[in-house]
Amino acid sequence: MNQRTRREAYEQRQRKRSLIIAFLSTSVVVGAIVVLVPRLPRWDRVRKSFFDGEVFADSFPRLLRAFWLDVQIFTWSVPLIFALSLAVAVSRNTRSPALFPLRAAAVIYTDVFRGVPVILTIFLIGFGVPGLFDSRSWSNPLIWGSAALVLSYSAYVSEEIRAGIEGVHESQRAAARSLGMSSSQTMSTVILPQALRRIVPPMMNSLVSLQKDVALVSLIGPIEILRQAGLDKSNAANFTPYVAAAVIFLAVTIPCTRVADYLLNRERRRTGATAVS
Amino acid sequence: MSNTTHHPAKLSLRGVRKAFGTNTVLDGIDLNVAEGEVITLIGASGSGKSTLLRCANLLEPLDDGEILFDGVDIAEPGLDPDPIRRRIGMVFQSFNLFPHMSVTKNVAIGPRKVLGTDKATARAAAVEMLTRLGLGDRADAYPDQLSGGQQQRVAIARSLAMNPEVMLLDEITSALDPELVGEVLDVVRDLKADGMTMLFATHEMAFCREISDRVCFLHQGRILEHGPPEQIFGDPQEPRTREFLQRVIDAGRL
Ligand SMILES: Nc1ncnc2c1ncn2[C@@H]1O[C@H](COP(=O)(O)OP(=O)(O)OP(=O)(O)O)[C@@H](O)[C@H]1O
Ligand SMILES: [Mg+2]
Repeated sequence: MNQRTRREAYEQRQRKRSLIIAFLSTSVVVGAIVVLVPRLPRWDRVRKSFFDGEVFADSFPRLLRAFWLDVQIFTWSVPLIFALSLAVAVSRNTRSPALFPLRAAAVIYTDVFRGVPVILTIFLIGFGVPGLFDSRSWSNPLIWGSAALVLSYSAYVSEEIRAGIEGVHESQRAAARSLGMSSSQTMSTVILPQALRRIVPPMMNSLVSLQKDVALVSLIGPIEILRQAGLDKSNAANFTPYVAAAVIFLAVTIPCTRVADYLLNRERRRTGATAVS
Repeated sequence: MSNTTHHPAKLSLRGVRKAFGTNTVLDGIDLNVAEGEVITLIGASGSGKSTLLRCANLLEPLDDGEILFDGVDIAEPGLDPDPIRRRIGMVFQSFNLFPHMSVTKNVAIGPRKVLGTDKATARAAAVEMLTRLGLGDRADAYPDQLSGGQQQRVAIARSLAMNPEVMLLDEITSALDPELVGEVLDVVRDLKADGMTMLFATHEMAFCREISDRVCFLHQGRILEHGPPEQIFGDPQEPRTREFLQRVIDAGRL
């Protein structure tokens, strides 16, 4: 009985066919690029100033070292973003009148920081806040740059968490409350655990975009990869370091994006399956 | 509606009114449930059975009227409902189990969070309760891995774990395949044998006839007729009740 079923046979034929079509069309497109682009009138100049092998090899190790700072900023920002956005999302879901100021603050916060471009937030906080203090030790741009990132991103992520909380069906709340659980017990033991499961995929997407935005911190001083690439570009009078920096970013963000997609699909399958039952 | 038993009422609804916008769903409900009594609510879809049960558990705020629980008005606006809800068990048509917790945890979570029972004791009690409902071997499963009948029995166990004084059951077999209805109704029979006070909305007329001390027929937010099952099913007084029962018979459900 290990004969393939009719459906399996059909699907295999289809797969083979798709593979051939995809291969052919890709070959045509790549071939066209390889043949046509070098024929562009200025291609030689572009190749020299963007894809110079020597400049690449020279600046790559420096860029990699500078990238370590991006990794660090990212690493300490993520837990802070998670904590702050969770606090904001839960605040927005409170109902007690005594907590109105908290709710209002949470709403204003998300509106403001989602409405202002990240780069502007970095400039305003990075240059503005240190001015409030006399001491030089308060003017570390790494701290204020990270703070700006955390504030910007928490505004987005808190909305993702809030959507996750609202996505948990009202009947779950009814079941928990009918057992006599208070509203905060219901939130922490029944609603949040289910909400957080749902928001892992969108949150992964936010983190991928945070990985890139970390480079914006360079605009207020720290020498991380983008800044280093700028310096190398000036020294070599060549744009290749920017291409090298892009390669380094892609080496990190592409795998992360794939993981995020995988999680998203898995979640979709999981919830799809339970929705039927 | 007068109390036909001699026991003091455990739960007593007086002039309960509830509207959603302009839609009056409960229009002056009077109902006494005595200790150990099983009262079933029957009536067409939309007649207000679920709303009545949700009001009794304070999941919906009343517009007017009183609900006396052991003689204390629990419907007073502004009263903290949590201490009352823990004494009243509720089972829903759609089970509403917590999907992210194992079956045992579903049952243990109420006592642990609300009554402050320690984890080991709550777990042991949960497993014992599950065993009592014939689910001892599924204690580590997750709700999604169970059949509907098993899920509903877990939901009943979750409610019973709080040691409620009254159980509110809202069409607990409506979401089940016919062959799974029996196992859940068996549990209700056992509860009655143990003397549990129950208010039970149902479409299962045969079972309603068997289990009820009293049957209430709801129509447009009022209890139009009530009485022992022999009377309601054998000799209904109201034309509306007769119509309803006729429809049920035509549908082959009695
Ligand atoms: N949350 C709500 N908001 C607005 N209207 C509601 C709400 N809940 C119930 N209703 C309305 O109240 C009426 C009674 O509903 P209810 O669920 O109590 O009926 P039921 O007797 O339980 O019906 P069924 O047998 O179908 O379960 C219906 O007309 C319904 O549309
Ligand atoms: Mg109903």
